[in-house]
Amino acid sequence: MADQMRIRATLQGDVAEVKVLMSHPMETGLRKDPVSGDVVPLHFIQRVLATHNGKTVLDAQWSQAVSKNPYLNFRVRGARSGDKIAVSWEDNKGEKASIEATLN
Amino acid sequence: MTVRAESNVSRRRVLRAICATALGLAASVLAPVRLLAAEWNKAAFDAKALPDAIKGIGAGGIAESDKIELKAPEIAENGAIVPVEVTSRIPGTQSIWIIADKNPQPLVAEFDFTEAMEPFISTRIKMGESSKVRVIVKAAGKFYETTRDVKVTIGGCGG
Repeated sequence: MADQMRIRATLQGDVAEVKVLMSHPMETGLRKDPVSGDVVPLHFIQRVLATHNGKTVLDAQWSQAVSKNPYLNFRVRGARSGDKIAVSWEDNKGEKASIEATLN
Repeated sequence: MTVRAESNVSRRRVLRAICATALGLAASVLAPVRLLAAEWNKAAFDAKALPDAIKGIGAGGIAESDKIELKAPEIAENGAIVPVEVTSRIPGTQSIWIIADKNPQPLVAEFDFTEAMEPFISTRIKMGESSKVRVIVKAAGKFYETTRDVKVTIGGCGG
C-alpha cells in the first residue's frame, strides 16, 4: 500500500500546499499489450477524496484520461501545524489506497 | 490436560485479538469511502459527444469568464502527459470540471470543493489529439467556462 502513493504537504501561512503522486496504470482500455497484442482492459482511478483533520475538503471524480501515475496538487485553507491531510483513491476495480501527512 | 486447556484459551484470545485488529483496520480503510457524497457520474464520463458530457454534469447557461485562469501548454509533445492548472477567482466556486473537447470521452475530471479549499487544482491529463481544453466552473449555482487550444504532437490515449 505504502508505495502506491506519495504525499508532500507544506504549510504556507495558513494554507496547506498538498502534492500527491499516485502509482496507477490508468489504462484507457484502448492500449494493446505490445507482446500479446491483446487490448489491456480499462483500469483507472474513479474517486479521489481529500480530508483535513478527518473532514472532507475535496471530492473528485476522474475518467481514464487522467495521466498514468496521477499527479494532484491542491490547497487547503485554515491549516495549522500538526493538522493532518489525508488523500484516498478508489479505482473501477474497487482497489483502494490512502496516505496521510502531518503539517509541520 | 490443564495446560492444553489453557493454551486453547490463550489461542482463542489471540485469535479474537487478531480478528478485532483486522476489523479495526478494515473499518479505518473503508471509512473514507463512506464519506463520498455522490456516485461516480457514469453518464457524463461515458458521453462521447461534448454536448452530452456537458448535459451530464448538469451544466447549462454557461457564461464565458476571464476569472478562470487555465494554464495548459500551447504545444504538448506528449499527449499522454498534458499539465493542466486551474485557478478560479469566481466567488463561491463549488466545482471545477476539466474537459478535453476531442477526446473519445471528453470529460476528464470533476473536482468538488468545500469552502475550506482554495479554488485551485493542478494535475496532468491525456489528450488523444489537438483540441480545446475546456474548464467549467460552478459557482453559487451558476456555470462559467474558459478554453485553451492545445496542440498535441503525439496522441496519448492508446499509449
